[in-house]
This record gives sequence, structure tokens and C-alpha cells, in this order.
Amino acid sequence: MSLAAPIQRVRLSRDDLLMRIGVCVVAVALLVIVGLPLWSLLVKGFEDRDGKFVGLANYIAYFSTPALFASAFNSLYVALVCTLIVVPIAFLYAYALTRAVLPLRWLFQGVALIPIFAPSLLPGLALIYLFGTQGFFKSWLGGGQIYGFEGIVIAQVFYCLPHAMLILVTALATADARLYEAADALGASKLRVFFTVTLPGAKYGVISAALVVFTLVITDFGIAKVIGGNFNVLATDVYKQVIGQQNFSMGAVVGMVLLAPAALAFAVDRFVQRKQVALLTAHAVPLVPRPKLGRDVFYTLLCAVVAAGILLILGMAVWGSFIKYWPYNLELTWANYKFEAFDANGWDSYWNSIVMALGAAAFGTALTFTGAWLAEKTRGFFLLRDLVRLLAFLPMAVPGLVLGLGYIFFFNAAANPLNVIYGTMAILVVNTVAHFYTVGHLTATTALKQIDPEFEAVSASLKVPIWRTFARVTAPICLPSILDVAIYLFVNAMTTVSSVIFLYSPDTKLASVAAVNIEEAGTTAAATALCVVIVATSAAVKALHLLSDRFLLGRLQAWRRR
Amino acid sequence: MSYLEVRNLHKRFGDFTALGDVSLDVGEGEFVCFLGPSGCGKTTLLRAIAGLDPQTSGTIRQKGRDVSALPPAARDFGIVFQSYALFPNLTVGDNVGYGLVSRRQKKAEIAKRVSELLALVGLPDAGPRYPAQLSGGQQQRVALARALATSPGLLLLDEPLSALDARVRLRLRHEIKALQRRLGVTTIMVTHDQEEALTMADRIVVMNQGEIEQVGAPQEIYRQPMTAFVADFVGAMNFLDGVFAAPDRVQVGSVSLACPPQDGLAPGNKVRLCIRPEDVRVRDLPADVPNRLTVEVGELDFVGAFCRAILQANGVALTADFSSNLMRDLGVERGRTLDIALPIDRLRVFAA
Repeated sequence: MSLAAPIQRVRLSRDDLLMRIGVCVVAVALLVIVGLPLWSLLVKGFEDRDGKFVGLANYIAYFSTPALFASAFNSLYVALVCTLIVVPIAFLYAYALTRAVLPLRWLFQGVALIPIFAPSLLPGLALIYLFGTQGFFKSWLGGGQIYGFEGIVIAQVFYCLPHAMLILVTALATADARLYEAADALGASKLRVFFTVTLPGAKYGVISAALVVFTLVITDFGIAKVIGGNFNVLATDVYKQVIGQQNFSMGAVVGMVLLAPAALAFAVDRFVQRKQVALLTAHAVPLVPRPKLGRDVFYTLLCAVVAAGILLILGMAVWGSFIKYWPYNLELTWANYKFEAFDANGWDSYWNSIVMALGAAAFGTALTFTGAWLAEKTRGFFLLRDLVRLLAFLPMAVPGLVLGLGYIFFFNAAANPLNVIYGTMAILVVNTVAHFYTVGHLTATTALKQIDPEFEAVSASLKVPIWRTFARVTAPICLPSILDVAIYLFVNAMTTVSSVIFLYSPDTKLASVAAVNIEEAGTTAAATALCVVIVATSAAVKALHLLSDRFLLGRLQAWRRR
Repeated sequence: MSYLEVRNLHKRFGDFTALGDVSLDVGEGEFVCFLGPSGCGKTTLLRAIAGLDPQTSGTIRQKGRDVSALPPAARDFGIVFQSYALFPNLTVGDNVGYGLVSRRQKKAEIAKRVSELLALVGLPDAGPRYPAQLSGGQQQRVALARALATSPGLLLLDEPLSALDARVRLRLRHEIKALQRRLGVTTIMVTHDQEEALTMADRIVVMNQGEIEQVGAPQEIYRQPMTAFVADFVGAMNFLDGVFAAPDRVQVGSVSLACPPQDGLAPGNKVRLCIRPEDVRVRDLPADVPNRLTVEVGELDFVGAFCRAILQANGVALTADFSSNLMRDLGVERGRTLDIALPIDRLRVFAA
């Protein structure tokens, strides 16, 4: 064979060079905000309190302390139970939304999404009002108490439902009507159609929803903190080891233990997703449900019950936050909203949250979108592009507490020149962006994959610099997705507790963290009030987004109309 | 000196060879079609010429300049993709003027050039509209105008018509060809549609499995296919399996047929004898016509302008195209016997 011919090396254009530099910058940024903190955490687990290498000593200590070890079992158990409860409810609810004709469908969908806008503390606090030692319905528990396993499960169901529902609505919405017509024509029974058409079509959605719920429960900190009582889980253990006992090495070990199931669930999900093939071809006929009285009444009632449960918890929190002295003096008051009385920072923590959320939305959106674009469109340079993709995926598998802990170890190290940002607003922004990076990256990547892959080739043939096509064509086309990412980052920055709880300073305390502190100090009403303010803010921002989507964007994007 | 010289181009993806030693010349102002089945490497070759997916080895010279190592932006070409790749958020006018804006031309000049180009492709009023508001054929013309805007020396068309419906496709074939002739721009078009290649190209490059099978004018490709692949891929063709008997005879089953003299084949070699269905003679056969066969008419497929008949003779089956006139005049129908001849000058022999 004539393999002697030299391999053709292609000279880089200025665009290629710029993009490669861009990929390097993003890779370094992701290493700093994701890779290295996690590495520091890993290393810390093998060190003693003075930083000496002790091998597996910490791990041996962990696994030989039954009290610590029991938490791992508790975490798995509660996550499993919640998954088994949430997924069926979410499936039925999603099925009702997509396959039945509901009156006020938009309302049912909207109500089910509310928990997304709340810090996870909120359902815990609401349950205290309802079933706590002074709870309205305490007698229903028949001598039992809400603090512990049961409380965590109820609160988690509230908190996880929208996440599972969104995935399942997507899975169930993409159905080919002709498959159902074919099944009907072949005389299949309703049950058989469900098991041979509906369920296989939604199979990957169900698996994905189950894994998401499992991960959410196992990594959540707020609910276990508020209503967990003596029922210890991994997330609260990390907090106790680090904040309570200042035992950072043991905190790192618990963090690694917490990372394992989350990472495993993530890996399984990726594996399953890869098997999924597009069920909906371009020729499919979308399924539009037709009215059917019996079915529609059944699902309307079912949705009403679930929505009522969500509204009960939310309503209880709102009402409770205005009550003078639960349950003895039910007069309404604004007193609980005068946060100066409960926390040194007062309302400042709320404004800190706003600043942080705006910063995270701006910086995070720019970084995820540019990063995804560079990773997708750079010619050649495969190794670093893959590194960017890997680092972009990693945060999804990492619980917030674990990432936050890694930040302490990495950014607080005396030798790290970046330690100047420790204790500032910047580290909170950076940490939040890193924590929620994956969804932004995936959203941007999906949007970029949907646009014609030859735009860059065309602009090169026309000698137009690539950044110009990025600014004039690519970014404007992706504007809706860019806004989605910005809103997602904003809402999560408002509600997150887990990661930032290790990183705030007295000046940069966030509202969600302040709520944890106030609740710790025993003032349930004020903590609830702060949570209500957070829900109201996130929900208002989301509503604004929907409105602008409908009216403003419609005008800016006239080109989408035919 | 030819305008474009491709020499010993190789392209490998891992173990897969997409292009194996391709060499080709394209003259200035020529319209060349790369024709072949999907996966034959025609698009790979086009993208290598554009610099979009550089070759593994080999050289490309354009107008005497070695462009092998240059990135696409440093080469001189305009390109139209199958998807058109029109920028959906820009008006038709802005799309066409996209490459002009970065050349720092005056606004008025750009506007003038844009309306010139839109007039050229027959869409003088489309300027302020968005691509989504145009039909597929109109979008295709806008893409063409955009590619021509910067007056490139080489126009590359990657399956430009395959996303359109049949009628529009027919009309655009002529329009593109006429435009190309008027502008005299050297053009390479990739297509899997042989009819498109035959009607539009000055020369056709037939490709298969990463290699060039034959290069030639449409007539030549159709009349004198050099390989069995070309014979089969371009147009309809009968393949009769036989054995080479003498320098000018092939034995097919129990029938011995005369063929043009062949070099490079030895008696006893297995061969395939080819003849196009429309070349089977039926009328006015002289008494001593060579390769006369008596056949029985089998299935008749009515195709519109003509009938495709399956003929059986002593275990040899072949198809022949009969015009409606001939059908009527000779009373051809299923089950009838018929005398036919296979003209020697229309027979081609390939080693099997």
C-alpha cells in the first residue's frame, strides 16, 4: 500500500485559532470551578486534621462507626421509598396531562410545577405547621411524630414531583397516534395497548424520572435538616461533621460516600439514554387525546387531589408565615417578615440572593452557551473538546454539599492564589454556576444541534469571521434556549442551600441560608416567611419569562413565522 | 493547465477508506458532476476540495495555487448545501449580502449587488422576506445567489436539488445550468441522480467505493461505460452472464453471440455481456443480421412513453424497451414470439 504519502496537515485559520483558544479558556475555567475542587475533596479524605496523608484511615473510621454508617443506609432507604411513591404519582399526573382531556389543564400543570420555585426547606416547614408538636393535624398521627422518616418522605414527594413529572410529560407527549390506531385496528385491549405501546414508549422516561428522584432525595439537605429529627442521613452528616465538629476530613469522607450513589444513578441514566432511539420519526402523527367522559372525570379528580396536596403545603407555608403565634394566636401579622428581628442580616440576605442569582444567570448563561458552542463547533482539537464536555457533565453527578465542600478545600487553601475570592460574592456565583452547569450545557447543546450544521462552513466560504456568525446568527436563533438557561440558573440560585451553606460569609449570607439559620434558632415562622419570599420571587421571574416569551420574543422573532 | 488539479487524494476515517487515491482535473468554466451511490465518497471529495474535511494525504491545486493545507476561509469557493443553510433570522437580502458586509463595501454598493443577484436568480422582490416564507425552490435560489455574491472562482453544489419535489427540480436543473453557462463559473455538483448528472454536466465523474470509476462526457458515460459498475449505475442495462469463447464471441447459455473484439480476455473467462434495453432491435432485421434471436414475450410493464418487455430465449432473459408505435405496429403482446437482434456495436463485455 502506498501509505508513504505524508499526512496532510491543515493550516489553522484565524477562526480556528480563536476557537481553540476559547476551548482552552473554557476547559481551564471548568477545571477550576469543577475539576480541581472535587480533586481537593478526594485528596482531603486521605488526610488527617493536620493535612498529613493517612491512607484509608478516615474511611476505616467511617465504616467502623455504626452511627455514621447507619446514615448511609437511611439515605438509601428513604431515597428508594420516595422514588417508589413519586414515580407512580408523577406518571399518572403526566398521563392525565398528556392523554386525557382535562378542564383547566394549564392550571394543573402550573400547580404541579410550583415546588420547583421553593427552597426544599419549605415543605419541611409547612409539615411542621401541619403535623409538628404544635401541628393542626397532629392528632392524626396517633402518638407518632412527623420528625423523621415519615416527614422526610412527605416533604420529598412534594419537592420531587415536578422534576419527575416534567420528564414523564416529555416522554408521554411524544407518541405516534398511528401506533394506537394500529393497535385498535388489531383489536388489542386497553390494558394490552398500555403495556405494549404506552409503557414501552415512556420506558426511558420512567427510568430517567426514577433516577432523578433518587438522586434528588439522597442529595437534598434542606428537608432532612428541617424535619429529619433524629433520622440521620448522609447530607445532614456532612453538615454536622463540617459545621458542627469542624472535622473536614470526615466531612470529605461522608461527601465521597454521598457522591457514590448520585454518580452511580447518573451513570445508569446516561447508559439508558444512550440506548434510546428516536421513537418519533418525522412522519409520525402526534397523538391528540379525544374527550372520553369516564376517563376524563377519573383523571381530573386524580389531578385535583394531587394539586390540592401541593396547594395545601404551599398554602400552609404562606398562611403560617403571617400568623402571630402558631397555634395559639392566629391573628395575621407582618412581624415575621421583619427579618432584622431574627437574623443580623435582615433583608440584606434577600438582596444578596438577588444579586447572586442575577450574577449566576448572567455569568452562567454566557459560559454555558459559549462553552457548548465551542465544544460543538471547533474544528479538530478533539481531546480538549471532550475534556470540556466531560467537565460539563460532571456537576450533574455531584451533590451540592459535596461540591461546596470541595470549594472549601480548594479555594481556602493558603497556596491557592484564587483564595482572594473566598468569602466574597464571587465564589457564591461561581459555585452556583458550577453546581447547575450541566443543565445549561445540555440545553445549549440541544439548541445548537437543532440548527443547520453548515452555517460555519457557509460563513467560512463567504470569508466572514466566525464570531460574527455567532453573534449575528447562532446566538439570536438560540435566544429562547439562552433565556431558558438564564431563568433556570436564576431560580436555582435563589432556592439552593446545599452548596452555598459552606461558602457564605457574614456579608454575603443568602436568603436560603438565612432561612436555615433562623429555623435552627427555632423561629419557624420567620424561616417560613423567608422561604415564601423566595418562592414568590422565583415564581414571579418565571411568570415574567413566560409573558415575555409570548409577547416580546414573538415580535423579535418574526422570522419564525411562515 | 486545468483550473482545479486533484492529485492522489486519500481520505481515511480510522480503518475506513473514504477516498482511495483520487486524481482529477477540472477545466476553467466547466460544469462537472460527481455521480455515485450514497457512501461512494463524492461528498467527501467535494468537502476536501472546499477544505471543510481535509484529505488525509494528496494535493489540491486551484488556479495553479496549492490550496491543500489552507483552511476553507483561505480558499476561493462558494457553496450551496442540500439544506441550503440559509440564516433563518436574516432576511433574504441580508442572507445574500452576508459575505459582502464583511468586505467593508459601501451600503449602497452592497444593496445594488444584492438586488442584481436576486434578479439573476429570478427573485427580484424577495429581499425583505425571511427564508421561512419562501418555497423550497425559492430558498434554493437564494442560497445560490448568496454563494455567487462574492464572485467565487469555484462554485460547489452539494446535492442542491435533492430536497425539492420533482417538478421544481426539473425546472431548476435548467436554470442552474443556464446560469452557470452565462457566468462561466467553474462548477462542481455532487448528485446521486444520474438523470440530473446527464442533463446538467459537461463532464461526469462516476465514483464508487471511494474511487473514480470513469470520467467522461454524459454521452460517453452512457454509451461507452468502462466498467460494469458504471454500466449498471447509469441508465438501465441488461447483464447476461456468459463465457468468453473467442476474441469476438461470447457463449451465453446455449446461445453464441458475436461481440466487439476484446483485448485482455482469454477464452474460458467468465464475462458479463451488456446491452441497454432500448438498443434491442426488432424492426427491419436483415436476413443475415448477426445475433438474431427468437424470443418469447413475457411480462410487459407499461411505463408511459414506452413499454419495458421481458423477453425469453433459450433460457436467456433480457429486457427491451419498445415504443408505443412499435408495440402497435408489430402487435407485441404477452406470449407472442418475436425476432430480435443484439447489434454488435451496442454490446459491451466486462470480465465477471
